Amino acid sequence: MDLTLSDRHRALQAEVRCFIARHGHLSPPVGGGGGRVRPDRRALDWQARLIEAGYAARFVPRAYGGHGAAPDVLEAAIIAEEFTRAGVSPGIQGQGIRMLVPTLLEVGSEEQRRRWIPPTIRGEVIWCQGYSEPEAGSDLASLRTRADVVDGRFVINGQKIWTSSAHFADMMFLLCRTEPDRPRHEGLSYLLVPMDAPGIEVRPLPTMTGHATFNEVFLTDVRVPLDAVVLGRGKGWQVANVTLRHERLLLGDAAKLAHRLHRLRGLLERTRVDGVPLIRMPHWRERLMRLQGEVLAMKCHQMRLLSEAARGQDSGLGLLVVKYAGTVLAWRLTALAVDALGDAGLPYEPHDDVAEDDEPTTWYADHMYDLGLIIGGGSSNIQKNIIAERGLGMPREPRPQGGA
Amino acid sequence: MEFGPDENQRLFDAALRGFLADRVTVDSRRAAAETGGDAALWRGLCGLGLAGLLVPEEHGGTGLGVFDAALAAEALGHAAAPTPFLGTAVLAPLALRLLGAKAQRDAWLPRLAGGEIRVAAAFGALAGTTGRCALRLEHGRLSGEVAGALEAAEATHALVALPREGMALVALDAAGVTVRPRRSVDRLRPLADLSFAAVPVEVLAGGDAGRVLDAGRVVLAAETLGAAQAMLGKAVAYAGERRQFGRAIGSFQAVKHACAEMAAALEPCRAFVWYAAHAQDRAEEEPEARMLAAHAKAHLDEVGREVARGATEVHGGMGFTELLGLPFWFKRILANRQLLGGPERCREEAAIAQGIAAA
Repeated sequence: MDLTLSDRHRALQAEVRCFIARHGHLSPPVGGGGGRVRPDRRALDWQARLIEAGYAARFVPRAYGGHGAAPDVLEAAIIAEEFTRAGVSPGIQGQGIRMLVPTLLEVGSEEQRRRWIPPTIRGEVIWCQGYSEPEAGSDLASLRTRADVVDGRFVINGQKIWTSSAHFADMMFLLCRTEPDRPRHEGLSYLLVPMDAPGIEVRPLPTMTGHATFNEVFLTDVRVPLDAVVLGRGKGWQVANVTLRHERLLLGDAAKLAHRLHRLRGLLERTRVDGVPLIRMPHWRERLMRLQGEVLAMKCHQMRLLSEAARGQDSGLGLLVVKYAGTVLAWRLTALAVDALGDAGLPYEPHDDVAEDDEPTTWYADHMYDLGLIIGGGSSNIQKNIIAERGLGMPREPRPQGGA
Repeated sequence: MEFGPDENQRLFDAALRGFLADRVTVDSRRAAAETGGDAALWRGLCGLGLAGLLVPEEHGGTGLGVFDAALAAEALGHAAAPTPFLGTAVLAPLALRLLGAKAQRDAWLPRLAGGEIRVAAAFGALAGTTGRCALRLEHGRLSGEVAGALEAAEATHALVALPREGMALVALDAAGVTVRPRRSVDRLRPLADLSFAAVPVEVLAGGDAGRVLDAGRVVLAAETLGAAQAMLGKAVAYAGERRQFGRAIGSFQAVKHACAEMAAALEPCRAFVWYAAHAQDRAEEEPEARMLAAHAKAHLDEVGREVARGATEVHGGMGFTELLGLPFWFKRILANRQLLGGPERCREEAAIAQGIAAA
């Protein structure tokens, strides 16, 4: 066990601290839930500053507008930790930056990378994800939105659902069926679609949080050129899996758990019943301590995964449990918070900009939003199948008759 | 940076696990459950250097740390090994190292490293106990009684936590010592109630006795981790073989999801135990060492309990019987939870260590 950082990594840590001390006051407010509103001028300026310093898009090659550093998971972790610790925004975190950019770097064409990566990492082009459909949720490969080639263009018809950010996004990465005669996993393609194309209608889908986060997207005779396909026709399933892998890592972030635990402790210290702070009462303290033990386990687990990734080792089961364990624990932290807020915490007044919410509203919004994270990005029940089948090697579910 | 065991530690772990796989069987556990121990197994483990793991090289040991002890405990838990370890190989050498004077270290550590003495541990005065614990030290002589000494079968000595004065090392064959053996829920780890009538003891009072307790908690957490991993592995294997309704029961989601839940809780515990053990080895500069030790023990107590129940359920009626030997692991986890402070006490101590609760 060697937890010491190399000289190079220690120097980076000092450099990041210095940057935050000097420029941290320019950071936009840190909001929960990610990407509920379009980045404003302040957020775009901050993003540009971070890219220049190498703290955003650090490993994106210079040719695509990034900082061009050689990939190094430890560097990424050091930077993330310093920003979290200082309560400073780590930059724009939308689905374009966290999911599409790594996907294009892995499987996109040179033309697609040059065209889309630079404005995406700057936060000028916002993306939404067009995967789920009303009849294709966990069983994503059964999706029905189709794109037929007519006069040298894809013509798209269908409906997407649970589409975060679609109401302000510029582009969508869309999974649709282009080869209806092929087996279902081989008939899909991954297309890059402008949201201002004629035939796209976005309708907000109210969720329990009261924040405008989700939408339905209806596509009627939407035309896009043939070069909008990533990796090629019929390769959509393969591309979508690259994207989903990045999403699952994003959803189990241990730094978020530690930060939330810290806020929770503060809440229990400040909240009083009959003049006594909750933290002085053994039953409240016991609940906090129990959650702290679980957060510590996830924090250590993330360090282990990081160290294994740095060695190029596949963590297998260790990686597969992160999304499920992390999202459930994140939700349970909010559950203690809403209990601690008690009856006085019930007034709930969400604003569009999360940073404007009061403390009880923020906790309740997280409590509800995080239930969505348990479901989204491969629901908890699907995660358990994956853990059991791929992680533990248990027998696969018998395939339904006629399925591929 | 390398988070986890290094190359040497992985090799030692593989050697130890190989030895245990050869040597510990369902039958050897059954025999040990009747007689209260497997003396030949302990001698074999001494041959691998387990007795001297924490004894400095100058005293004939290998001079390793709590991290190495935790790895060994994980392997012993995985094998549900009928052997002492915590008292004689962890608590005793650490008490001497952390609390002993030079003359005491010189006198006792070589005897530990060579396996010449075996040391039971009675920590009720330090870790809290629901049993009897009334000890007093007068002019270097110990009187009173303490219940539930660990690993007392075939022990030659006992390490007894004192109410105020640190710890005492006492020979169990000294005049005035009464040892009353008690069978435990974990038949492979017998207990004993000890009483003393003005028995001369070696008092170890040179430092913070709490650090010995902290290390012991991490080692127990590691052992529970190993036992729980073994139980989950057995459940997964059994679910792959056992067929009902024309299918392996492991292909049913109800069974798969139960196993996934256990894995999701248990897998992160490995890194947690490593980190808490590593913190013990640098406790002087690690302000969170005590908090981490208390949390690791409490967390593994909780996860261990759930895995012990869930893995037994996957085995159905076979899990409830002794035919497959599963109860050996179940009972190891069950007993470890109560030793050196249960999870409620450990969490409260974790709160105290952070200044969240008053001492």
